[in-house]
Formats: sequence, C-alpha cells, structure tokens
Amino acid sequence: MRKWVSLLVVLIMLSTTVSLAACSNTSETEESTYKVGAILSVTGAYSNLGVPEKQTLEMLTEEINAEGGINGRQLEMIIYDNESNAEKAATLATRLIERDEVLAILGPTTTGDSMAIIDTVTSGEIPLISMAAGISIITPIEERYWVFKTPQTEKEAVSEIYLYMQENGIKDIAIITDTSGFGAGGRAYLLSEKDSYGINILDDQTFSSGDTSMQSQLTHIKGTDAEAVIVWATDKESSIVASDMKALEMTIPLFASHGIANMAFINNAGEAANGVIFPAGKLLIADQVPATDQQQKILVDYKNDFESKYGTGTISTFGGHAYDALGMLTIALEKMDGDMTLVDARAKLRDEIEKINNFVGTGGVFTMSPQDHLGMLPGSLAMFEIVDGEWTLAP
Amino acid sequence: MSVDQFLQYLISGITQGSIYALVALGFTIIYAVTRVINFAQGEFVMLGGMLSFLLISSFGIPLIPSLILAVLFTAIIGAIIYLLAIRTAKKASVVSLIIITIGVSIFIRGFTREFLGVDSVRPPFFTGDESLTIFGALIRPQALWIIGTTIVVTIILHLFLSRTMMGNALKASAISTRAAAMVGIDSRVMALTAFVIAAVIGSIGGAVMAPLVLTSYNVGVMLGLKGFVSASIGGFKSPIISVIGGITIGVIESLAVGINWGPFTSSYKDAIAIVALLIILLIRSGRLALEERAD
Repeated sequence: MRKWVSLLVVLIMLSTTVSLAACSNTSETEESTYKVGAILSVTGAYSNLGVPEKQTLEMLTEEINAEGGINGRQLEMIIYDNESNAEKAATLATRLIERDEVLAILGPTTTGDSMAIIDTVTSGEIPLISMAAGISIITPIEERYWVFKTPQTEKEAVSEIYLYMQENGIKDIAIITDTSGFGAGGRAYLLSEKDSYGINILDDQTFSSGDTSMQSQLTHIKGTDAEAVIVWATDKESSIVASDMKALEMTIPLFASHGIANMAFINNAGEAANGVIFPAGKLLIADQVPATDQQQKILVDYKNDFESKYGTGTISTFGGHAYDALGMLTIALEKMDGDMTLVDARAKLRDEIEKINNFVGTGGVFTMSPQDHLGMLPGSLAMFEIVDGEWTLAP
Repeated sequence: MSVDQFLQYLISGITQGSIYALVALGFTIIYAVTRVINFAQGEFVMLGGMLSFLLISSFGIPLIPSLILAVLFTAIIGAIIYLLAIRTAKKASVVSLIIITIGVSIFIRGFTREFLGVDSVRPPFFTGDESLTIFGALIRPQALWIIGTTIVVTIILHLFLSRTMMGNALKASAISTRAAAMVGIDSRVMALTAFVIAAVIGSIGGAVMAPLVLTSYNVGVMLGLKGFVSASIGGFKSPIISVIGGITIGVIESLAVGINWGPFTSSYKDAIAIVALLIILLIRSGRLALEERAD
C-alpha cells in the first residue's frame, strides 16, 4: 500500500514539474513574440469571405517571421473561427483579450459580427481592425475610439458610382435595393448623396433577401424614364436582377454595388452579367492597373504570392482586406519599443494605428486620423465593367 | 399601369405563385394524412435544385437522368425522414412531431452546407433563355416550364387521389385513421407514402425552378414560409385550394409592387402575404375549432 502511495506522490510531483516547465516555456515565448488575435468566419454562411482572409493572415505571418519578424520579435497569430455567428465572436473576443492576452484583434469578417464585439473591445481597451464593410463600425467616431477598419464603405462606393454617372451624363435613375443591412445601408447613401451629384431617383424599389424574382419591381422601373438602374445587394440577388432585366428586354445600363465583386455573380448571371458596371478595389484587375498607380506593385505582388500558394483565380478582395489590416498593424507594431505592460502596449498600439499616414494597401491608400478610422483616400476604388464574363476597367 | 404592364405583373405573379403552389402541395399531402406540418418541406425543394445542379454541372450527367436521380434521391430522403424521425416517435404528440421536422430541416440544411457549400448556383436552363412575347408581356421559357409543371403535377395528384386504390386509401386515412384501419388500411404505410409523395413534388419543383431563381443550401427557408402560407389558405386539406392559394399570393405580391401606392409597394410585399394569412386564419379559426370538436 505504502509503495503505491509513494509512487502516486512521485507521479504528482513529476507532473507538476512538467507542467511548470511547460508554463515557463510559454511565458518565455510570450516575451519574445508579438501576439495578435483574429476572429474570422472560417466556416458558416460567410466562409467564402473568411477563408481567403485566414489564408492571407497565415501567408503574411509566415512571410514576416521568415524575414526575422517585427523589431526582431516573431509574430504569433491566433486565428479563431466564429462560424459566422455574432454571439460566438463576442465570446472569442473576450477569450483573446483575457486569456490569450493579445495586443490587438483583427476581424471579424462581417458587419454584424464586428458590431457584436465593439463593446467588448472598447471596455477591454484593445485595438480592433475590422475587415467588414458597414460604416456603422467606425461611426459615431466618439464611441469607436478603439475600432478601425479597412474595407471601403457604402459611402465611397456610392460616390464613385455617382461620379461615373456624372461624367457619362446620366441624370435620371432608378434604384432597387435589398431590405437587409447591406442593401438598406446602400439605399440610405444613394438617397442622401444624390443631390450633390445632380442625380434624380425616379423609382425606389426594394426586395427581401431570399426573394427569387424581381420582375415585378423591374416592370415598374421599366415604366419610368430612368436612364440607368442601380442594384444594391449581395451577388445572389444582384444576379437575379441582372437576368430579370435581360428577360424583360431592358436595355438601360445596370450599375451594382461592390458586393458583386466575385466570380459567383458572373457564373449565376451568365450572359446577363455583361455590361454591368460596379465600383470595387483594384485588386481584381491587378494586371490592368497602370504602373503609374502607387498601388500597382503591392497589388501584383499580393496577387502573385497568394495565387502561387493557393491556386490561380483564388484571389478575392476579402483576402485583400485582411492584407491591409495586418499591413497597418505591422507598421504600428514597428513603432513599439521596450517592455511595456499589456495595457500600455495596447494603448500605444492604438495611437500608432491612428497615426498611419499614406499606407498603400490593396483596397486603397489610407491615412487614419482621430476623425476617420478608415481613412481611405479618394481614387482608391475603380469602376469596373463586365465584358465577356471578365472584369475590365470601365471606359 | 398600362395593359402590357398589368399582364407583365400577372405573368411574373403566376410564375412566382406556381413555385409557392408546388411547395404548398407537399405541406398539404403530409398534413392531410398525418396531421403533421412538415417544416422540412422547403428542404425537399432545396435538395431537388441542389442535387440536379450537382449531377448536371459536377458529374456531367444529361438533364433528364439528372432530374430523375435528384427526385429519386430526395424521395428516399423523404422516406428516411419518416422512418427514422417520425415513426420512431409514434407516441409523441403532433406538436412534438412538428418540432422534430424543424430539427430535421436544420439538419438537412447544415449537412448540405457542409458538403455542397454556401454559394448560390444556377443549373442550366431546360430550353434556352430567350424571352417569349405573350400579348405584349415577356415570359422566359423556364417560367413556362414552372407553370406547366405545376399544372401537370396538380392534375396527376388529383387523378391519383380520386382514381386509384392507393389514392383512395390515402384519402380514407386522411379522413379518419381509425376508421381506415378498421377496413385494413395501414396508417403507417399511408404516412410513409405521403412523405414520399411530398418529397417527390417538392424536389420536382426545386429542380424546375432552380435555373430561373437560383438555389442554395438555405433557399428552403423562404420558400417553405411562402408555401406554408399558401397551404394554410386551403386549411392544409385540399391540394387544389393550396395551388390556388399559392398562385393568389404570387399574383398579389406582384400586383402590390405594380400599384406602388400606400402600403402596396415592394417594401411591404412580404407583409401583404403575412397579413393575408392572418386574415384567413382569423376567418378559419372558428371553423377549425368546430372541426376539431367533430373529430
């Protein structure tokens, strides 16, 4: 009996030493690395956005570390999958802040998930760089002290379309928008910005996400004198609008949001996709960007690196948003010096992100300020036209 | 609204309504025989579309064999759902059974999402996509296929229920399970048949509509809702009234957009269908209570 007890005691002692050793190991690596967290929709409804984001972060982390890291420290990227679920995003944010003790959080993928963690990061006093589109992520700015983002918002996209219409002499238009968050956000800007570009909206139609036909709304638009139609929705509903317009033999041009910037739109709309004009980041046509554009080199490099690792044709603007987020964070991390407590390090990092000036990324050129936590400069977006099932720069 | 425009709204509405009608038929058949509202009905429609796309586009199987295989496979799923989920819970109340069908639908949706992905897909059109002109209104060939399928399915179902032994047995079981059992009709076989028929009708609908309206793993949610509203107009009892209900809702939705005044705008399109349902339920609730007592 006593033999067993002593054996047990020895075992317990052994396991404690081992776990202590393990502990000291991790704390050693903690000191020599910059720990960054990411929350992405790797699975679930938005996995087609989250997967290229994850792949981009992994690729860049590898590259950074292969080149000796940042300030001689390795970058440790902790990526969590929130399964496209807002509640899960909030739990994971708490875990990153409290247990993993990361310096900053990248993501989440969608506007809804980003909104769900804003309170958590604000009270946790940790910088967040979101990869989602919604403008509400960074406004009102007084309540978004800790929050930044990289993708263009509805505002930039709407301005780009209206500018293009102005240049091409289009004045009277009809709009058809999704009643979901993305479509409603676009509609709000289409209505509020129209006067500054001299645009008249003759017909304002809506549909619900999941609707299978927009023929009735388009019949109504067809009865007006609109010279063009703007659809604001994701790729699925936009492709139905495009093919319903073809079925109704409507010949006026169709403009769409940046939400259709993926191959699914072209595949689903088929022939009806041809002639559709939309604003998007230049990444999709990296090869067509003129060498005079300051983004040209970064676009081609990122596209080549990504496609040589993950396959030709895999490039997407969503991965580009991740590229920009980590790119800005890296610049901010380079400004970090000496040993700081976690709380001070996070605060310093936030200040450095806000000071980012003329950062050339895939989605545009960014200059952050205390008033603007996106800082995307005009000219960042380009107008595209789909010709023969391919993206081209619109004339 | 000009005459041409009115016809265009009408045609768009009838096409949409035919889609709702095909979903509604499935609800009706299962409810009539088992008193269960099968919330997995929308998933049958989704499976019909997704499987036909998978077979045509990924495996390169020609159109007709693909459609037959997609319908066959969905029919087997319908049978499995009954045998594994409904029959094994035979002592459970009807409400529990309905909740089981909600669980089944979530399972099928998740399973499809895992294996076929989240993207919307469009199988090829059956007979091209050049719009035809009918009295000044434009209609796509695939829309004619949908309307035609709805008519043919409704007629076949009607003949099956009224002219065949099996159909009469189903009807008998729908009227009274106990009385039907006394004359030797096995209610379990009838329930199984109802699930298979509902799966077949749902998947045919799904396969025919997919080229026009696209399909994805979650398309069954919205279609299931509209089909449910359509079927409740007929009190889940008469297939013919369910079809009429579906087409009526499609036409009301379409015309509401055309009127474009007051509450009749595209923003309230879905609300109009729900209000219609509420009114119908209010009118029917009195009568339903009487029927319950009679049962």
